[in-house]
Amino acid sequence: MAYAPSSTTSGIHLPDTAQELVKILIAGPFGVGKTTLIDSVSEIRPLHTEERLTEASVHVDDLDGVREKSTTTVAIDFGRLSLPGGIVLYLFGTPGQERFRALWEEISHGALGALVLVDSRRIDASFDMLGLVEESGLPYAVALNTFPDAPRHHTDEQLRAALDLAPDTPLVTCDARDAESSIDALLALVQHLIDRDPPEHR
Amino acid sequence: MTGRRGGRPLVPAYLSTGGVARPSRPQLERLTVLSGSGEPVPAGLPAAQLALLDALFGGSLTVLEAAALLELPVSAVRVLAAGLLDRGLVLARAPIPPAESFDPDLLKRVADGLRALKHD
Ligand SMILES: Nc1nc2c(ncn2[C@@H]2O[C@H](COP(=O)(O)OP(=O)(O)OP(=O)(O)O)[C@@H](O)[C@H]2O)c(=O)[nH]1
Ligand SMILES: [Mg+2]
Repeated sequence: MAYAPSSTTSGIHLPDTAQELVKILIAGPFGVGKTTLIDSVSEIRPLHTEERLTEASVHVDDLDGVREKSTTTVAIDFGRLSLPGGIVLYLFGTPGQERFRALWEEISHGALGALVLVDSRRIDASFDMLGLVEESGLPYAVALNTFPDAPRHHTDEQLRAALDLAPDTPLVTCDARDAESSIDALLALVQHLIDRDPPEHR
Repeated sequence: MTGRRGGRPLVPAYLSTGGVARPSRPQLERLTVLSGSGEPVPAGLPAAQLALLDALFGGSLTVLEAAALLELPVSAVRVLAAGLLDRGLVLARAPIPPAESFDPDLLKRVADGLRALKHD
């Protein structure tokens, strides 16, 4: 938490200056570095909500937890960055498996875009996620998290081809443990959102 | 993963809504901002509503943050917040509406803000 203010217990409350709340999804397969990236830039301690996988499709009547015993839950972590000028940026770590689709749709609703993380050791693990993002029409950028034990080095071209990226989709390398590097990856996405012209339809 | 305080949720999800099945207003979103209205707290408020109100004493929270803090599903916090809204104990501010393409000025300010963080 590189930018965390001095530790106060009330640190979670929104700053009085908070005006516009926006969100970006940090998406990718298990173990790719979603939580790491969020923690490295968030001003609040890492938090998460427990989400039922069926959440988007059930009604609140099903809050009756006793009947819901068998429902699978997944922890969705999030972080927050208060930017100068009253903007508060939320980052949501969202897993990429098909069974998270309903949850994905709920969380992605109203998001500015998605940063899709790719693990240099297993690029194909991000295919599902890329499919989900593309289907949702959410604009995205791709960040490659490089791990020391990655089998071989890919050139940008090889990687783009392997991931089947559109020519204008940003592809950056990122160390999610490093705040500056993580912010650069977020900036690549936001710059892409600015540059899209004409805006694609969602 | 953050540990649960004492290993258990503060309010079990299945008790948290006092049997109220459905919020009485359009759905509150994850990024809807909740704040206490400052109205006196009536006696006999359900414990879970009181817990949410307590969390708002120190300042505003989004539905999302309240859910994380109270260790409740987002859907449960929606129900609690709706109950408090109905009693005038809580105020809610909706997030900026989803857009097909966002205001370029907003996006530029996000980019500028991120760049400013790097230079801190
Ligand atoms: N070398 C390197 N290691 C990283 C990077 N990002 C994350 N890691 C490490 O990879 C491991 C998994 O990272 P997490 O952030 O927990 O991954 P996650 O995507 O949140 O995983 P799940 O929540 O299980 O889906 C941790 O030990 C991190 O320290 C990176 O960019 N480079
Ligand atoms: Mg994680």
